[in-house]
Amino acid sequence: MRLIRRPLLLGAAMLAGFAALVPASPAVAAGEVNLYTTREQGLIQPLLDGFTKATGIKVNTVFMNAGLAERVAAEGARSPADVLMTVDVGSLVELDERNLTQRINSLAVQAAMPSWFRDTSANWVPLTLRARVIVVSKDRVADKAMTYEQLADPKWKGRVCIRSGNHPYNTALWGAMIAKKGAPTTEAYLAALRGNLARRAAGGDRDISRDIMAGLCDVGVTNSYYIGLMLAGRGGAEQKKWAEAVRVIMPTFSDGSGTHANLSGASVARHAPNVANATKLIEYLLSPEAQKMYAEGNFEHPVLATAALHPIVAGFGALKVDSTSLLAVARNRAGASQMVDRVGFDN
Amino acid sequence: MDHTEKHGGLLTLAAVAPFLAVLPVLGLVVLALQGAGDHWSHIMGYVLPDALRQTAILLAGTAALTAVVGVGTAWLVTSFAFPWRRLLEWALLLPLAMPTYIVAYSYLDVLHPVGPVQSMLRFILGITEVRGLILPDIRSMTGCILVMGFVLYPYVYVTTRAALLMQSAEAIEAARGLGAGGLTLFRRVTLPIAAPALGVGLGLAMLEVVADIGASEFLGIRTMTVAVYVTWTTRGSVEGAAQIALAMLVITFGLLALERGMARRRDRGGGAGERQPLRVPLRGWAAWVACAACMIPVTLGFLIPVLHLVVNATIRVAEFGLPQALAGWIWNSALLAALATVGTILVGFLLAFCHRHVGGIWATAFLRVSSIGYALPGTVLALGLLGPMAWFDDLVATMLGWLGIHAGLLLSGSAGALVLAYMLRFLTIPVNTLEAGYGRIPYSVDDAARGLGAPDRALAWRLHVPLLTPAGAAAALLVLIDCMKELPATLLLRPLNVDTLATALYAEASRGTYEDGAVAALAIVLVGLVPVILLVRGLRPHQAKRRRDALQAAVVTG
Repeated sequence: MRLIRRPLLLGAAMLAGFAALVPASPAVAAGEVNLYTTREQGLIQPLLDGFTKATGIKVNTVFMNAGLAERVAAEGARSPADVLMTVDVGSLVELDERNLTQRINSLAVQAAMPSWFRDTSANWVPLTLRARVIVVSKDRVADKAMTYEQLADPKWKGRVCIRSGNHPYNTALWGAMIAKKGAPTTEAYLAALRGNLARRAAGGDRDISRDIMAGLCDVGVTNSYYIGLMLAGRGGAEQKKWAEAVRVIMPTFSDGSGTHANLSGASVARHAPNVANATKLIEYLLSPEAQKMYAEGNFEHPVLATAALHPIVAGFGALKVDSTSLLAVARNRAGASQMVDRVGFDN
Repeated sequence: MDHTEKHGGLLTLAAVAPFLAVLPVLGLVVLALQGAGDHWSHIMGYVLPDALRQTAILLAGTAALTAVVGVGTAWLVTSFAFPWRRLLEWALLLPLAMPTYIVAYSYLDVLHPVGPVQSMLRFILGITEVRGLILPDIRSMTGCILVMGFVLYPYVYVTTRAALLMQSAEAIEAARGLGAGGLTLFRRVTLPIAAPALGVGLGLAMLEVVADIGASEFLGIRTMTVAVYVTWTTRGSVEGAAQIALAMLVITFGLLALERGMARRRDRGGGAGERQPLRVPLRGWAAWVACAACMIPVTLGFLIPVLHLVVNATIRVAEFGLPQALAGWIWNSALLAALATVGTILVGFLLAFCHRHVGGIWATAFLRVSSIGYALPGTVLALGLLGPMAWFDDLVATMLGWLGIHAGLLLSGSAGALVLAYMLRFLTIPVNTLEAGYGRIPYSVDDAARGLGAPDRALAWRLHVPLLTPAGAAAALLVLIDCMKELPATLLLRPLNVDTLATALYAEASRGTYEDGAVAALAIVLVGLVPVILLVRGLRPHQAKRRRDALQAAVVTG
């Protein structure tokens, strides 16, 4: 008997422990909404708390990284997901194209859409803008204006820092360039930029400012909100010093069209069990109150035209968003990523 | 053949493990078949040559470092007596509790030109300009090998040490009597005895290296796994990613089979000893060299990054207090890891016992196939599991629907997905550790017990379990800590509103403020410490006596 009894006992204990972890709430619940997101928890939680306070609707969340689309697709018609919130235009378009979203029926949402947003689909909305800017050493670089193209200028040889060329923030930038100038020009540009790198294309965007402070490089590419977060002391006293060593340049492409800005955005899941609450959550995220929280909490550029910028972000200069079609950017990212491999950008 | 048939029930029960283990692979195959394969010319032309080269260098460097450090320290603490030996014996396990990517982040902070070490150096040398002193960058192959090596050597240490603790005093003392001492003894006796365990530990460490994305990507090393990840996330081709991952799996499994073949030739056997050899006391400078040799890996793999985290955590806690959700994170982490560990060890023992007792091609095949999950990076395993789990959940929900019960997703919607993923990912640890442990128990012991009429269950529970305790405890420790550290599968498969220590840490790290996650990182270390201490206490010599008693009792009363 002993051979049988012990595993049984252990099995029972496992089942009991297991039961403690099964979520108490079913997928459909009045007064609840289920959110799957790749956005950072610390950034989004205050907004979700604000939503619950304003509406009384509880938000259940899964914060994940890669594979949001695959998980929702696998879960299929029984998926508990109501709202899908991601960063990067590529992911937003991918969810749409894989038929994992549904039309957002809301006049309030339509009214909040900025004039530049010309998406052909009504299945996703942008929530914030994430400007990809150039930072230069305050001490060693005098330039006040730059184009993305100028980063490949021989005068920056051995002086440029950037994260992996295959990171979505960068492939979107290269994708915009492909849309403007064609693939061959962009590939030549990437090869020239590769030749200018001061160190491996690795690490994160905050490391750019630190490496400039340390003199490893003089110029780099980063999303602007990182500089805002660091300057405001959100990353601690050390990071504040890093950001203080750099000056932000709002770059344009050489055609003068403006700064490349990626998006964070949201969709209502195709099989959302709580569609009404999902729509309410997206409406809330586009409300002046929430857009202000985005700007002040995360230093992103709000999409709502009337929402104020954080003073630190306003200090970077006005954001004129490059008008390249976002769908084109999303479609070009795979090609851009292959160029990165071909020129050995990350090696 | 009769023997196998007699144990048909046991074999059938054991067959569940390999069946579950191949599910994620089948899920990947289904994904891979949906793709055209048109990216292969690009991959072969521009990605593979460099990714293979970098993966190979990283593996070779890390293997050399983990083997030297792991075997060297295991040999020192089991064969010699020197100052602080008892403390170091368990302290050497500590780097296990550190997620590799956090160590990489910490070291960039500590060693960066504007970090504390270089600032201090410049101050001492009287250099005022940051650029006045240019030292090698940790964001390099060498840096990555050092980080991985000093974090992963405990895999080799823990398995080798368990094997050396089980070695018999007679072999060592006979060799000593024949005049062998010090290094000769190490090379001619200790190393051959430890070889199978070294192979197991090294295999585990190497698979950790192959599966890693966080640390290598952060330090700028483009491994094959990074290529899978880029194909999936940046190029939006999950089919292409599945194809590359499967190709990698074939290579990895091939290499493992090769290693196994070599290990079999290396294995000189040698039974479990009735008593352990006496530790040779070291005196004078030799004692302190041994002490220092054990201190260095603990310092590099644990103390320095942890000190860095403690400093940051102290600043954060002083300003904001402890995170309110901390208790919940600890509870979720500990519960998930404990469930998965108990399950993994039970299944691992079932498989190893079948292999030992029933034998035959099926039992061996079950053992090997069940280990497949460890050859897949966590994120890829989770990706492959999504499909089969959804299919199962849909089936269950449909059947419950016939009964008029409205059900959600049984596995994917609950922690069941995580426990299953952890078990599949880490099953190889008890499978291999227990198999190596069985190698130390002579078959004559089983024959004696059976000859005395001991039934199978007595053989399993009263003879093998006590004898395998050191190996099993080592496996349990590795699985438990691996589960608590596991990040990519946890992120993808967790149910709504479940945060663990690892995901809470990642939540901060992904914002570039991993110092904010220092409290969670330290909690992983502290919660991980408990089993480390329990394990080491459990492996002290008095345990050997209890095992010997168990052996005698089983044989006599069996």
